Amino acid sequence: MINTTRTGAVIRKELAEFRRNRLIVVTATLLPVVFLISPTASILAIHASASSALLSKRVDYSLFLPLLVPLFVPATMSAYSVVGEKEQGTLEPLLTTPITRVELLLGKAVAIFLPAITVSYLTFGVFLAIVALFADAPVATAMWHAPQLPAEVLFIPLLAAWAIWIGLAISSKVSETRVAQQLSVLGSLPPLALISLLSFQVITPSFGLAAAFAGGLLVIDCAACFFVARLFDRERLVTGTRPRRSAAAAVAAPGTVRRLPPVSGTS
Amino acid sequence: MSTQAAIEVSHLTKVFGTRTAVRDVSFTVARGEVFGFLGPNGAGKTTTVRILGTLIAPTSGSAAVAGIPLGSASEEEIRQRISITTEAPGLYNRLTVAENLEFFARLYGLPGREARVYEALSAVGLTNRADDLCGSLSKGLKQRASLARSLLNEPEVMFLDEPTSGLDPAAAHEVLGLVSGLRERGVTVFLTTHRLDEAERLCDRVAIMNTSLRTIGTPEELRRTLFSRSIAVATAAPLHQPDKVFDGLPSVQGWQPADPDGGPRPDAGLGGGPGGPASYLLMVTDPAAAAPGITRALVAAGADVLSIGETRHSLEDVYLELIEDKEGRS
Repeated sequence: MINTTRTGAVIRKELAEFRRNRLIVVTATLLPVVFLISPTASILAIHASASSALLSKRVDYSLFLPLLVPLFVPATMSAYSVVGEKEQGTLEPLLTTPITRVELLLGKAVAIFLPAITVSYLTFGVFLAIVALFADAPVATAMWHAPQLPAEVLFIPLLAAWAIWIGLAISSKVSETRVAQQLSVLGSLPPLALISLLSFQVITPSFGLAAAFAGGLLVIDCAACFFVARLFDRERLVTGTRPRRSAAAAVAAPGTVRRLPPVSGTS
Repeated sequence: MSTQAAIEVSHLTKVFGTRTAVRDVSFTVARGEVFGFLGPNGAGKTTTVRILGTLIAPTSGSAAVAGIPLGSASEEEIRQRISITTEAPGLYNRLTVAENLEFFARLYGLPGREARVYEALSAVGLTNRADDLCGSLSKGLKQRASLARSLLNEPEVMFLDEPTSGLDPAAAHEVLGLVSGLRERGVTVFLTTHRLDEAERLCDRVAIMNTSLRTIGTPEELRRTLFSRSIAVATAAPLHQPDKVFDGLPSVQGWQPADPDGGPRPDAGLGGGPGGPASYLLMVTDPAAAAPGITRALVAAGADVLSIGETRHSLEDVYLELIEDKEGRS
């Protein structure tokens, strides 16, 4: 049973911390701009007289790049999420409260998901608005009728969720923010491979294929939640070692300590 | 296991890989007691606190905290009733002091959060810094804020793990004053520290730990158990025949020359340089009963007595005796 008050507290705290973390703010601002410049320039540079093959190639490329935003922005944020607590020394006090690991991870995931998809859809929206306003009419029409456009809009939250869980899993395992961020960005890439095949029409995009891929990603995202929760072991996070429960292992080396007579436990 | 005590620990052992951090430790802490847990670095103090705070599981043995046996099913209930202040303040530097406390108040599901936060900040004298970012506070203020956070849920048992570590004497004094105040609130305090003077001043009982439990008791009990009772005597000049003076006293079981500070000096001749003041350490069973007879004997021997009094061993002496016994002499 998930306690919504505790999960909500984590969401509020995380959002407040993100707003005041310059690294996160700069990453969440700069990455979309970077991934917007190239596709926008590519589309605006093409003229109405361009061949349909060239037009199709440019549209594929331009629709693909903004999909990096829902992967890289949450990957960066989630990588900081747990390791940032370790670095600040806040993880131990946090883990001594009644919050469960699922509540904690869910709160952190939602707190990353909300700004990540906002930024991603905003990036996509700005790109499409620029195309509608400034591109030549045939180019804009080709863009709006691209078969992969609806699928890619659907993929944004699913890709963001993937990047979040991968980032949280890595953040739970490593002890340095920079290492976590690098590994998280790498870990967010696998679904991109399949999406690039769809985007560049190596695999012919169809509604059925896109839906199947989206469904698969949704199942993986849900399973990842439980997988990451299992990885999030309090003892390993606090001590850096795996828990071991064996009475045999507890046998002390004999003769190393002198027992003193006054040892008496009762008060 | 009875549920009357605040903490009951029975044969607790924790092994990390091939290293035994805590070995077969048993003790009980009464409700409302301030209990000191002492030991050198790596003695297993923090591991014990983490086990009792439900952060890590013991390899073997059992324990009950706030009357609730440790176990995966009871972790949440125990956490609701305890709080842990670690050596590092563990505050979110980008949040204000009040925001930090409000966050934890929400995690504990406390009603009347604002009032609770204000009360906790009042208790540590930090209401005027409530809106400051924690990152801007000094280490002493951060530790006070950390204590305020620990007070939020009105815990039955508070674990304070090295709360004064790294603080300057003034800040440490302030924090210890706050810990002392917890006794008046009826909170059971489990204090781990390296500072033996503060343990002696604050704690009802202390346990000395070095992987296994070395000893436990009140500081006075430990002194009596580990050290024979003695009287230190200082005279204006060395006695001509100290053996004749002391050996004839039935209350004196033995004597030896001593340094002017009262410590034994077995290699010294007659307890002082020629013509200068001299000191002697006399082993007795009951210092109060023996002192008048010793004084009379000294006066009869023509000695000018500068001082006479029972030798006081500090908790540090007890600690060093126990720790060195393992580390230095074994």
